[in-house]
Amino acid sequence: MAEETAPAPFVGPLEDKDRIFTNVHGYQDWRMDAAMARGDWDNTKKLLEIGQDQIIEVMKASGLRGRGGAGFPTGMKWSFMPKESKDGRPSFLVINADESEPGSCKDREIIRHDPHKLIEGALIAGFAMRARAAYIYIRGEFIYEAKVLFAAVEEAYAKGFIGKNACGSGYDFDVFVHRGAGAYICGEETAQIESLEGKKGQPRLKPPFPAGAGLYGCPTTVNNVESIAVAPTILRRGAGWFSSFGRENNKGTKLFQISGHVNKPCVIEESMSIPFRELIDRHCGGIRGGWDNLLAVIPGGSSVPLVPAKEIMDAPMDFDGLRALGSGLGTAAVIVMDKSTDIVRAISRISYFYKHESCGQCTPCREGTGWMWRVMERLVRGDADPEEIDMLFQVTKQVEGHTICALGDAAAWPIQGLIRHFRPEIERRIAAKRSGAPVLEAAE
Amino acid sequence: MADAPQIPDEAEVRARWGGFAWTAENAEQAKKVIARYPEGRQQSAVMPLLDLAQRQVGAETGTQGWLPIPVIEYVAAQLDMPFMRAYEVVTFYTMYNMAPVGRFHVQVCGTTPCMLRGSDDVLSACKAKGLKKGATTEDGLFTLTEVECLGACANAPMVQINDDNFEDLTFETMTAILDDLAAGRQPKIGPQIERQTSAPEGGPTATKAMAHENHDYRGEW
Repeated sequence: MAEETAPAPFVGPLEDKDRIFTNVHGYQDWRMDAAMARGDWDNTKKLLEIGQDQIIEVMKASGLRGRGGAGFPTGMKWSFMPKESKDGRPSFLVINADESEPGSCKDREIIRHDPHKLIEGALIAGFAMRARAAYIYIRGEFIYEAKVLFAAVEEAYAKGFIGKNACGSGYDFDVFVHRGAGAYICGEETAQIESLEGKKGQPRLKPPFPAGAGLYGCPTTVNNVESIAVAPTILRRGAGWFSSFGRENNKGTKLFQISGHVNKPCVIEESMSIPFRELIDRHCGGIRGGWDNLLAVIPGGSSVPLVPAKEIMDAPMDFDGLRALGSGLGTAAVIVMDKSTDIVRAISRISYFYKHESCGQCTPCREGTGWMWRVMERLVRGDADPEEIDMLFQVTKQVEGHTICALGDAAAWPIQGLIRHFRPEIERRIAAKRSGAPVLEAAE
Repeated sequence: MADAPQIPDEAEVRARWGGFAWTAENAEQAKKVIARYPEGRQQSAVMPLLDLAQRQVGAETGTQGWLPIPVIEYVAAQLDMPFMRAYEVVTFYTMYNMAPVGRFHVQVCGTTPCMLRGSDDVLSACKAKGLKKGATTEDGLFTLTEVECLGACANAPMVQINDDNFEDLTFETMTAILDDLAAGRQPKIGPQIERQTSAPEGGPTATKAMAHENHDYRGEW
């Protein structure tokens, strides 16, 4: 027999039949009847009969990595939950719908157009990890989305799909919706738990990890909306189906959210590892002004460093591919910038965002985010010394890794990316300012 | 701090709001909210109850509401938590207004994805109509706030006015929205260009069948 070589991985484009979120654009009704006609809540009892540990095994085998940004394997996360309660404490599932990462707008589409995928996923995930209830923490500004979600949960109760003896499985499971009130930091899992307990959303020190002591001191798993909402389809179609998309270690389908300077920004489900160029040409009508006009891309939401045009054009859009470029997939929130962009201002605006959203708990972040933003504002105008670029870089290194949560890192990385790739532009502005020439070229 | 909210005089506030109590309907709603959390964990309900209280204040004043100190005290007492713990929550989250706002709270997203698509023009449109960041217009109609990412980046630039999103804005469409609101007309909610939610402009590039019927793809699995 001839030696078998591994087949090339499937990297898109997806066929319609392989899309999970078929109603992502809301052409059809989100309500129970329409959702069931599309296949949601179809004999969910049978899925539960697969068994708790076996469901977790399927999730592991599917290769699903958390869709909230960090990319931790979802099945493994579920397996950290206690199999039985030795002291009577219940377990909880918390679903993170506090979508606030600049560039991200996928959970919103799931919740307002396909909420039953999320609620069915909540039951399956909660059952697998032996949770008593799920709390869906939805960001406060998603007012319409929360209305839909409250109504969808009521529909599921009315049908007996959740609540006592959920889907006739004999398992009792509740789903509650909790609205936030405007704080980016509550997307961090322990801050979210604090917020759910009715406090300021300031992250907790780990350990103890939430799987040991989370919400109300009980074992808790916090998962992103998308990670939970894809679970029912994975169980229905099998781990092998899901893992047939994307490169090794980067499996599955993914909702990409493309914003910025493309001709047609959109939210679209595609195969993991789809090349950047294919994603943009197929779904977004290309880069505004053509591919030669591309300047840089922030491929995973504001927290990840930007990637210059020539490096990203043909890169695979997945966790490992973007990490190799010194960036990351994050939430797959792709922010595209063409050559009309004032790149220093664009990053400075992100610095302002982190200054605004720092919870104030750790000094390096509370003071550092404000400090970094103020220096960035001067760099926008060229009102600085060239040495200050290095000083700024050094300060970002002093913030990074010295805080309880990753907000400090997230504030540092975009600036580091800017300096790494666009240092000449910063230096040009400083030189222009000194010579009295106009610092900014006229924007389009 | 120049951009700190201008909280009215405390004695006046107490005289006006010292007797705050839920309406019958909101009292029911408050009970329902508290029941979502385990017994003894009623503090979890502080965020939804503060939101409810702000909305009630808004309804009573014909504005988008705010949280006077006596109202925060009322909520804290109901949940059996110290006032300071509730006050802390009010100051931490941006959606609680610590000072009165107008009938329309215009919240323009200015974060990078919106900035790239022209949020400067949206803010100019507001400015041209006499709105000032952090202030309420003299007729009490509009309060303008620049907010951070509202999570509608594929429909940038966008603004949230009261409970509604207006997306894919330009200087002209933002001006038209403000004119409509000032004249008591309801502008169209959602994208202001020909576009279905966050699908690409001009029509979907995937699951096209869904545009015409509630298609069930399971037969093709």
